[in-house]
Amino acid sequence: MKIVVIDESRARATIIEDGLRAFGDAEIFILSERSALIARIAEIEPDIVLIDLGNPARDVLEEYFAVSRALARPIAMFVDESDDEAIAASIDAGVSAYVVAGLSAPRIRPLLDLAVRRFQAFARLEQELAEARGQLHERETIDRAKRILMNERRWSEPEAYAELRRKAMDSNRRIAAIAEAVVTAHELMNGMR
Amino acid sequence: MSERLTIGFLPLVDACLPILARELGFAEAEGLDLRLTRDVTWATVLDRLLYGHTDAAHLLAPLAIATSLGRGRPAQPLSAPFVLGLNGNAITLRTDLADAVWPQAILADPVAVGAALAEEARARAAAGRRLRFGVVHRHSSHNYMLRYWLAGCGIRPDEDIEIVTVAPPFSADALASGEIDGTCVGEPWNSVAVDRGVGRIVLATAQIWRRGVDKVLAFKQSHLADRQGASERLVRAMRQAGKWFVDPDNRQEAAAILARPDYLDGSADIIGRAIADQMVLALGTEPLFYPDFMFQYNEAANFPWISQAMWLYSQLVRWEGLSYHPADAARAAAVFRPDIYRRALAGTGDLLPGASSKVEGSLRGPLAVGAQQGEITLTADSFFDGRIFDPDRLQAYIAAQT
Repeated sequence: MKIVVIDESRARATIIEDGLRAFGDAEIFILSERSALIARIAEIEPDIVLIDLGNPARDVLEEYFAVSRALARPIAMFVDESDDEAIAASIDAGVSAYVVAGLSAPRIRPLLDLAVRRFQAFARLEQELAEARGQLHERETIDRAKRILMNERRWSEPEAYAELRRKAMDSNRRIAAIAEAVVTAHELMNGMR
Repeated sequence: MSERLTIGFLPLVDACLPILARELGFAEAEGLDLRLTRDVTWATVLDRLLYGHTDAAHLLAPLAIATSLGRGRPAQPLSAPFVLGLNGNAITLRTDLADAVWPQAILADPVAVGAALAEEARARAAAGRRLRFGVVHRHSSHNYMLRYWLAGCGIRPDEDIEIVTVAPPFSADALASGEIDGTCVGEPWNSVAVDRGVGRIVLATAQIWRRGVDKVLAFKQSHLADRQGASERLVRAMRQAGKWFVDPDNRQEAAAILARPDYLDGSADIIGRAIADQMVLALGTEPLFYPDFMFQYNEAANFPWISQAMWLYSQLVRWEGLSYHPADAARAAAVFRPDIYRRALAGTGDLLPGASSKVEGSLRGPLAVGAQQGEITLTADSFFDGRIFDPDRLQAYIAAQT
């Protein structure tokens, strides 16, 4: 069985590819280039096409499938299999699947389930990364706010931090939010940006 | 406590009303917490709508009808209580083709440029390389208007030329690389092609049908029934946004809001031109003012006329090789929901048309039509070939199409 994974994110495509390898008879093709995409698909003649929801080629791909229905080997959308729950799960995970007409649902289902799980795993990784970046950004903001308070109020670093924390507790906000406000106010007062 | 409503959209100028309804507080004033979800393809906008990620979507009107009729996927009835804008698209030709068929940097006469294009199309086909045009989606007004115009000029789409799907953000690239010779696309993408010097705008789709419906706000029919109150408040908020949007004093601010990274993430200058109906047709030329380019708010532009849904159905039948079925026509007509639009705006002082259908293309000049209170003046709504579409004679209209 030939499976095409269209994904501009190489990292994600690799994660999905690794998972699909578990299916012994699967031949996997990763397409991350935008150019000549449809020509490549026509050449490969896949049984299943997986594409991420954020991929700008989706409308072009669907048009190709719509036209190919008139051809010898029509590609149906997975939605034709009327397995609504599986489709909803894949949309939630951010992947959409297209399957050649006539491929039986019991063969497709485990593959799609796996792709969905891999997409979810990737999304979790990305979120963790984004959170880590966010934390780093927050720490930098707090440091800037401390420096501003130290310069302007002639406070020591512990004093500046204690003041930020006191304000945060009084106003029931996070220290990072108070620090952000200090930085913004400072920029406004000094005519920055 | 305001009610949350999530709307999916593509980064196009005609997504302006939900964006402005949120940003200018019109939605909030109606008790709505409006959230917007941006995507890059219609397929994803539609998937999110069908699988409940969004409550409503900025959608191609023909796609709403095709989805309701089960074209391409199992039928899912959609409801459109609001038209997000009329026209706003243009036909841009690759520079070499524009030189051959319309060398002037003014908007073309659709019949004259069509005749020149027919000749060029024949020559290119004889040379073994048919002209190729890009459209944004097979179920789009872009596709229907382009085909309507070509066919009216004696060019058979799919035979004399090819029409392919190109995602709007890549249309300038596709023109540059020679993958396509022309495109029918919405703003800002024509202007992007012009600014890059790879093409020239020769026609606005408004020249093909002066009052052509383009995008709608669509809900799943069942979801609209569940969220009727919120949908009516949204209609009111978007009418407020529309009134603000058409005020020339607000253009710059509107362009600045739309250009933000969360929305169109583009050039406020180019977006501002589309809003002002000021199009730069060729690189280095002065903008040309064409007031019907994208038509908003006035003349009940947001009213979902049943007759417009029926015209779109006539084109779906025509270009997908289907035959007329009264049940399909009824399902297509039922997508447009003037009843919701009226209920939402009753008592607000907004002018509401008395009828839900009209003979499309019959107006050559201003006409006052009956409104529920007072009257609305409609100006020209003609098709470029002078034909008219009478929704009561739908079957005959379809039969007469070649």
